[in-house]
Amino acid sequence: MSRDARGSSRPDPGTGPGSDRGPGSGIGHGSDPGEGPGPGGAASGLDAVLRARLGGFALDVSLTAAPGEVLALLGPNGAGKSSALRVLAGLVPLTGGHVRLDSRDETTTAVEHRPIGMVFQDYLLFEHMSALDNVAFGPRCQGAAKAEARARAAELLDHMGLAEHARTRPRHLSGGQAQRVALARALAVRPRMLLLDEPMAALDASTRIDVRSRLRRLLEGFDGVTVLVTHDPLEAMVLADRVAVIESGRVVQEGVPAEVARRPRTAYVARLVGLNLFRGRGDGEAVVLDARDGDGGPTRVAVREPNEGPALVAFPPRAVALYPEHPHGSTRNVWRSTVDGIERFGDQVRVHLAGPPALVADITPAALADLGLAHGDTVWAGVKASEVECYPR
Amino acid sequence: MTAMRETGSRPALRTRGPVAVLAVAVLALTACGGTGSGGEADGELTVLAAASLTDVFTDIAADFEERHPGTRVTLNFAGSGELAQQIASGAPADVFAAADTATMEQVVEGEGLDADWAAEHGTHGLVFATNTLRIAVPPDNPAGIETFADLAADGVQVAVCAEQVPCGAATRTAMDASGVEVTPVTLEEDVRAVLTKVELGEVDAGLVYATDVDAARGRVEGLEFPGAEEAVNEYPIGVLAGSDDTGLAATWVDAVVDGTDVLSDAGFGTP
Amino acid sequence: MSAPADRRAGRRTRVRAGRTPWILVVPAVVGVLFLVLPFAGLLVRAPWSTMGARVSDPAVLSALWLSLSTASVATAVSLLFGVPLAWLLARTRFPGRRFVRALVTVPLVIPPVVGGVALLLVLGRNGLVGRYLDAWFGLTLPFTPAAVVIAQVFVAMPFLVISVEGALRGADRRYEEAAATLGASRATVFARVTLPMVLPGIAAGAALCWARALGEFGATITFAGNFPGTTQTMPLAVYIAMQRDPEAAIVLSLVLLLVSLAVLGTLRERWVHAR
Repeated sequence: MSRDARGSSRPDPGTGPGSDRGPGSGIGHGSDPGEGPGPGGAASGLDAVLRARLGGFALDVSLTAAPGEVLALLGPNGAGKSSALRVLAGLVPLTGGHVRLDSRDETTTAVEHRPIGMVFQDYLLFEHMSALDNVAFGPRCQGAAKAEARARAAELLDHMGLAEHARTRPRHLSGGQAQRVALARALAVRPRMLLLDEPMAALDASTRIDVRSRLRRLLEGFDGVTVLVTHDPLEAMVLADRVAVIESGRVVQEGVPAEVARRPRTAYVARLVGLNLFRGRGDGEAVVLDARDGDGGPTRVAVREPNEGPALVAFPPRAVALYPEHPHGSTRNVWRSTVDGIERFGDQVRVHLAGPPALVADITPAALADLGLAHGDTVWAGVKASEVECYPR
Repeated sequence: MTAMRETGSRPALRTRGPVAVLAVAVLALTACGGTGSGGEADGELTVLAAASLTDVFTDIAADFEERHPGTRVTLNFAGSGELAQQIASGAPADVFAAADTATMEQVVEGEGLDADWAAEHGTHGLVFATNTLRIAVPPDNPAGIETFADLAADGVQVAVCAEQVPCGAATRTAMDASGVEVTPVTLEEDVRAVLTKVELGEVDAGLVYATDVDAARGRVEGLEFPGAEEAVNEYPIGVLAGSDDTGLAATWVDAVVDGTDVLSDAGFGTP
Repeated sequence: MSAPADRRAGRRTRVRAGRTPWILVVPAVVGVLFLVLPFAGLLVRAPWSTMGARVSDPAVLSALWLSLSTASVATAVSLLFGVPLAWLLARTRFPGRRFVRALVTVPLVIPPVVGGVALLLVLGRNGLVGRYLDAWFGLTLPFTPAAVVIAQVFVAMPFLVISVEGALRGADRRYEEAAATLGASRATVFARVTLPMVLPGIAAGAALCWARALGEFGATITFAGNFPGTTQTMPLAVYIAMQRDPEAAIVLSLVLLLVSLAVLGTLRERWVHAR
């Protein structure tokens, strides 16, 4: 359904915020188009190298994003992705690196002077102000007259479908409404970069889908850089044009969402996107896995195309078939294993196999019944070489 | 509301009650070193005395304890009015020495003096010392005060006691006698407070007792003035009705009455 | 027929579910009694028959007016200086910050009379600072209503500073960060975000400060003296009256008590309703 939201519900690109208004009145037109790519061909958009000490570890990431692009920072809790966002905002000082936005150096710019708009995890709307005044706050701080600031705020709220809530205090707004007010507030300062810190985390599951598709449409209409922090892979896939996976303060993988989902580079990403992932070394039409197993020799995984050198292999759990005995036929990867655990997984059953190689298999409840599997049973796992994704690491 | 009015209209309850209520707080603050330890044991004497008697009574008590081995004198000094309220609210004490007769009169009318002692020495207590007012000025006498009339001059800042306390009553009498109406800048709660203001040079002059000037010799100068003799303060002493040991209390009173040397050394007059 | 029975049953259930533990109730009741009984004593022993005449005495009214006005001015002054001080203590790091915080609480622990003497030594006619005020500007503070205000500020401001500092520490600083990302300068953040957030703490601190200033006695009588109409506030009038006329002291105490309760109650009401 997220694809739905992305494609079909956007009949007219003109619904993008501000696009039907005069120059300068729309959202995100933070800079004159003329000052985009600077002299010497420097790219417009975000170019940042962020180094900072954060409690237990060091943050060291470099991020780039083109105007209009949504970059998702995906990672487990405490990986430093929110910190990276705070460094971008100027809320945490850098110990090294730089922040360039549309080829202007903002490394040492104070928070209040950065051309950014930020949406915080629980929105942090000012409780003592109405929704309208929350949105008008930024423009007022930038020197707009009261009437002008309120007019801009009213326009934004109207665009967000919140016209009738302009006078409402934040605590009387629903989670989704509060998120939209927070977005409107961040956009009201006409930022060249929008920073979103877990914008869905405060919402309950039932409203998340709807809010996510709204956010998707909104971001498509925003012509600045968007950096989105999330720990939810689905959110990253739906909202982002590019994903940077951060673990322990470093970017461990970067790419378009489909690429990341298909070819994970770390166990964390593999788990997030639900793939079995192994590290190994290419050896013709097979990959020899790094993981040693106790008794036998090294495990080999047959792949589609010949390859050499360090490689990663990944395949989805549903590509794994289980057999009570060694199967005959075209399946080239067959391993004998013991059942380590069985759990429900959606309408499937997920079977954990001790290996080698240790992997998970998703089978139907009917198949489970046929196999009569229980914890500790011996089983044969088969994966077709055509199902195995192999890529250099 | 009605019930309270009825209560209030009974005169007997009216004087003692409020005193008791308010004095509890005062007692708690001022009686720590005094009556708390209880005067029940043999040879223990609790004396409540006006603050101006502090030095004198401390000397007399040391002498008294030496002459009567085994006795212990507990002294509690405060404003006479405060002490009178403590007595009214039942503070255990044997002897009361006030800085003026009016305050002693409050005690006489309330808890009363020991009947036997009073029959012998007087129902209003025994006057053992007198004190006269002096003009106290800072050593450099910035306003050049020489006479009582100078106190009434424009721009002269004078501190006196509030009329509700003995030294203030004496000040009133002195002003009436001399026909000079002084407008003070402050009406202090006791004579020590007046003295402090003079010592710090915050006022040009203050009206205090001769004994206070003596005690603060070097830090203030004292000026005698005509009319002061009209405002002589008499210090009465008496054995209280609530005393556990009236014999010992009477002995103490005698020692005080006999202590004329100590008293005159401190600047008191003796009757 | 069954409906009231159900309701009764329902009520019983609710009571059982919400029963308050006696181990809290008993000390709480004792605490309330301890606080309220002295007040009841004042009410019972008050000379009600002459109350009207005593209360309408111009001297009482002038002391009351002086008390209310000086306490209010003292609160305003405390707000003016105390809120920024609380902000510095809560939000900045500077060498000796702990020491400064300890200093701020000194007026809470020293006897007010000592505070009064200290003020005389500094701001008196011959004081460290006071002598220059006198020499250069012909300004003497003691024995003026200004001195009353100064004495009250000295003893009452710490209450405000501590309340506001606590509120500032308790406030979620991320709101201030959010304001900064929207382009607000530090001053704007303070005025438009921080202050409104800690307003309840400031109100509570101001109420405490006002109440403390209203009851101020020791520092006032020592530093400002006692003269009706100029420096004699209600507590001073109560104390002086105690010397000769305890009934008058009770009347004054009751008046002070009722007026302060009325003022604080009204403010609270307004505050609660405004929220």
